[in-house]
Amino acid sequence: MRAAMPMVDDPHRTSEVRHPVSMTLFAVQLLNGLQLGVLLFLIAAGLTLVFGVMDFVNLAHGVQYMVGAYLAVVFTTLVGNFFMALVLAMSAALLIGLLLEVTIYRRLYDRDHLDQVLATFGVILFLNELARVLFGPSPLTVPVPEALSGAVLLMNGLLYPVYRIALIVAGLAVAVGLWLLVTQTRIGMLVRAGATNARMVSALGVNIRQLFMIVFGFGVMLAGFAGFTAAPILSVEPGMGDSLLILAFVVIVIGGIGSIRGAFFAALIVGLVDTLGRTFMTDIFKLFLSPSAATDVGPAVASMLIYILMAAVLFFRPTGLFPAKGS
Amino acid sequence: MAKTASPATPSTAPRPSRILEGTWIPLVVFAILAVMPAVSVALDDSFLTLFVIRVMIFAIAAVSLDLILGYGALISFGHAAFLGIGAYGIGILSAEGTDEGLIAVPVALVAAGLFALVTGAISLKTRGVYFIMITLAFAQMAYYTTTSLSAYGGDDGLTIWSRTEFLGHAILDDRTTFYYVTFACLLGAYLLCRMIVASRFGRVLTGAKQSEVRLQAVGIDPYGYRLVAYVISAMLCALAGVLLANQTEFVSPAYMGWHRSGDLIVMVVLGGMGTLHGAIIGAAAYLVLEEVLQDFTEHWRLIFGPILVLVVLFGHGGIVRLLSILSGGRNRG
Repeated sequence: MRAAMPMVDDPHRTSEVRHPVSMTLFAVQLLNGLQLGVLLFLIAAGLTLVFGVMDFVNLAHGVQYMVGAYLAVVFTTLVGNFFMALVLAMSAALLIGLLLEVTIYRRLYDRDHLDQVLATFGVILFLNELARVLFGPSPLTVPVPEALSGAVLLMNGLLYPVYRIALIVAGLAVAVGLWLLVTQTRIGMLVRAGATNARMVSALGVNIRQLFMIVFGFGVMLAGFAGFTAAPILSVEPGMGDSLLILAFVVIVIGGIGSIRGAFFAALIVGLVDTLGRTFMTDIFKLFLSPSAATDVGPAVASMLIYILMAAVLFFRPTGLFPAKGS
Repeated sequence: MAKTASPATPSTAPRPSRILEGTWIPLVVFAILAVMPAVSVALDDSFLTLFVIRVMIFAIAAVSLDLILGYGALISFGHAAFLGIGAYGIGILSAEGTDEGLIAVPVALVAAGLFALVTGAISLKTRGVYFIMITLAFAQMAYYTTTSLSAYGGDDGLTIWSRTEFLGHAILDDRTTFYYVTFACLLGAYLLCRMIVASRFGRVLTGAKQSEVRLQAVGIDPYGYRLVAYVISAMLCALAGVLLANQTEFVSPAYMGWHRSGDLIVMVVLGGMGTLHGAIIGAAAYLVLEEVLQDFTEHWRLIFGPILVLVVLFGHGGIVRLLSILSGGRNRG
């Protein structure tokens, strides 16, 4: 899935990339990186909040992204209208998430991290397999909505699909909305307080379970939204959430667990580094290696890049760039 | 710390019933494993030997994980990386024309040890959930690196054309010999871990699990101990990888996929964490369950996932605790 992130299935791509102007390629990859970053942010935001407030490691968060994508398949076929389908799918994603919360996750909050990891791992195995049973193992596609099809000329020689621009804009809008919610509202204040010291918040008379239900539901919908909106440009298949989950882990480790701001910046950094690395690493290695050696080494190093970045951040700041927990 | 001192230490008062209670399970387990090839011949079931070899290989990996998970409370979610490095060590050297085990096996183990040393040095600086995510991320890094090793099969994996030889003898081509080599590796790994756990080193490891502050108060910094344990565990796991590559005559990135790391944790917890022999029983239980469910439906994970959730929610202590309750022993949980 990660290799497919640069615009593999996009008919507009080859027309401008062939130009010798590498500035254009760079701009396209910058946008692609931004888009991956925004996608990662939508997933990491829920993950980091749930962990920050409830100390709950939810591996199955990536599955919620897959659920969103499959709901896109179901509802766009059923309803036809992309935006109607989006609303319905978000409600369904929320219901599925809350069902899991009430039946399973709720019993895990008082357990140690190992139990949480194992039980949510079981949930992943189940839901991935369920997707395979219901929809078959082969990848499905969702059409790009009519209103957002086509491409626009961003600069000379740079034609970029409207839908991808819409994704970036929507993602950034969600980020701004989330930032306002967390910093400007009462519920946001409670969430921040919960991430810093959940027991103290509880002692002050706040129903922390209820607060958590809200945060959890929000996180589930963000992941579902990410899955839904990514469905038209990626293939929808069982297990598609797994690799993104691990990328989201890298993001929140770099950003600092529990921090929305950290998740945002780290997501953009990871998205850009990963996308640009995959595009240009081989060329960079060609500067000082033979071309054949560069084609061997380049992709390997490119795929390691974000993990090296993570290791470097941890080495200098073991609690991430923007630690949320009070020491 | 005194509470967790193992029964083998002379300082604690002798409790014969407790000592027997602790040892009958591993004795039975190894006795069963020792006679399995004969049983297989008697039943005329050649699949059984192959299956039990596979069980023992994963048991080695699970025992190695239990050393740091059960005794050090280090939740490594990337242990399959070491399994994969061991397997790729054999695969790559074989592709380059080196089948001599006296070279290939040490190289594979040292490679895994070095990877563990570097990644462990970074990840052990962190605690709790950070450690889970970082070990997972490093394993994923190893996974993506192997998928881009186009010279050695990349995504498709690498076929091993001849099994590892020792001093020019292809001893692993004989199934029974392979069985007992694996058996010896498992027994060796188990005894080594037993010794480590009973030693002063092991007590520091378990002590750090209970209270790091108290340990530091008596002048011990657990970081170095944890790192050494992590490296030992990685090398034992790589040994399992070496055997796995030889059994399947194939290596692929899937060996270090994160599902595999999850499976290893499941084996340890299913059998009973922090007992070592529990890991062996857990590996057997996991693979038998997989086999049985796969017979039943190809979508066996649909059943296995909920079983896992139920085991976590209601089955604390794993199979070993169940066995000791059934045998009238005291509750060890």
